[in-house]
Amino acid sequence: MSVALSAQDITRALTRISHEILEKNQGSANIVLLGIPTRGAHLATRISSIITSIEGSEPPTGTLDITLFRDDLRMRPPRAIMPTKIPTSGIEGKDVILVDDVLFSGRTIRAALDALGEIGRPRTVQLAALVDRGHRELPIKADFIGKNLPTSKNQSVRVLLSEIDGRDEVTIEEGAEL
Amino acid sequence: MRHLLSIADLNKSEAISILDTATELARVSDGAVKKLPTLRGRTIVNLFAEDSTRTRISFEAAAKRLSADVINFSAKGSSVSKGESLKDTAMTLQAMGADAVVIRHSASGAAQRLADSQWMSGSVINAGDGTHEHPSQALLDAFTIRKHLGMGASDLAGLNVAIVGDILHSRVARSNVLLLAMLGAKVTLVAPPTLLPVGIQNWPATVSYDFDSVIPHVDVVMMLRVQQERMSDLFFPNAREYSRYFGLNGERMASMKSGAIVMHPGPMNRGLEISAEVADSARSVITEQVTNGVSVRMAILYVLLAGGALEVGSN
Repeated sequence: MSVALSAQDITRALTRISHEILEKNQGSANIVLLGIPTRGAHLATRISSIITSIEGSEPPTGTLDITLFRDDLRMRPPRAIMPTKIPTSGIEGKDVILVDDVLFSGRTIRAALDALGEIGRPRTVQLAALVDRGHRELPIKADFIGKNLPTSKNQSVRVLLSEIDGRDEVTIEEGAEL
Repeated sequence: MRHLLSIADLNKSEAISILDTATELARVSDGAVKKLPTLRGRTIVNLFAEDSTRTRISFEAAAKRLSADVINFSAKGSSVSKGESLKDTAMTLQAMGADAVVIRHSASGAAQRLADSQWMSGSVINAGDGTHEHPSQALLDAFTIRKHLGMGASDLAGLNVAIVGDILHSRVARSNVLLLAMLGAKVTLVAPPTLLPVGIQNWPATVSYDFDSVIPHVDVVMMLRVQQERMSDLFFPNAREYSRYFGLNGERMASMKSGAIVMHPGPMNRGLEISAEVADSARSVITEQVTNGVSVRMAILYVLLAGGALEVGSN
């Protein structure tokens, strides 16, 4: 096991991502942050509070559960469905920033795009990920990346966040993910 | 979990996880788009060898919202009315590639028979078998109670529920007693002695013959239909007497606790076990039970069908 990002690294990466989001979207007026449960939702909340401290107003922030849209449902036992909370302002015509912890095969994001399509038509959809570990199986790329971690498929990336795990850390472990 | 035949097949955490899943799925039903791709390409057969309005339509709506293909099959107008056996019917469904069969049958144990047999490989969901069980109804009743009176708790601990009427013939009562007791509610059965089954003392519930003494203490009054089609005997002198002692009318409703709710699995005999005044009152959650039924059945189909047979382990 090796530590890829420390607590400080995570804070710095999220701060940079927040600034990049504001730069690319010329402020926070039209953005909606949607985190993918479980850890993406907490990251979205953190990015939202960083943006609030920079801009002075809080961007609409919610969660988007993609379980029911997954393409690998038949290959695993059923998973618990997590809450989906779309901000009351909706996503119609907005710049939606999807937030996830690890970008890997890209299948989660494909499912998220399908889920978004059921809710409305955003002006743009952008993707922020704390870690991009490569090995994409679909033509998907992130707009905002905390850190690129070159990994082999036989390794797994674990993201620990203080809200759930008691501390902030990203580690690389040997052994493929289940 | 492959089949849902009886509440006894579930443990408390499984039951709560179905209710929690239904809560999330209810948000989908409330949204503008009511369709999810989750069960695309799966075939669900509604095999109804006994009449039903709510349950069949509810399972059909639930399956369609999850994008499954639904085949409706009722005994009337099919070869069952020509005397085809359950075995031959099941083998036909298997040959058509049914992933799940929702079965209602007048024989107690029909769903169990179908699940235990090698006649078909899909999941079996019991939608009411004779006077045995009706697990999806109990789950939607528990869901409705939790939504109204649960105050954010995951179970029903501390709530008092009265189930009133034809307990003897009621599969709804059997499933509900098991599930509500498992979730921590205190259940009181109210009925004339003639409409209580043998062995009632072994159920996790207390029994009363006096509706008026029970009604001020309960949070939920669940009325049961008097099942005249199953009554081969005389169980009470006449309908007026039954209604006077065990019917829920406006006067009895007035002695209920504030916030207490009235439930009925339907179809109602208005004027017999429940008066129109009560059925249409603000305490009645009877139509909401129907709405919740769709979300709960979506959750059941999701839990039984969405996961693959290949157990890879979860993360």
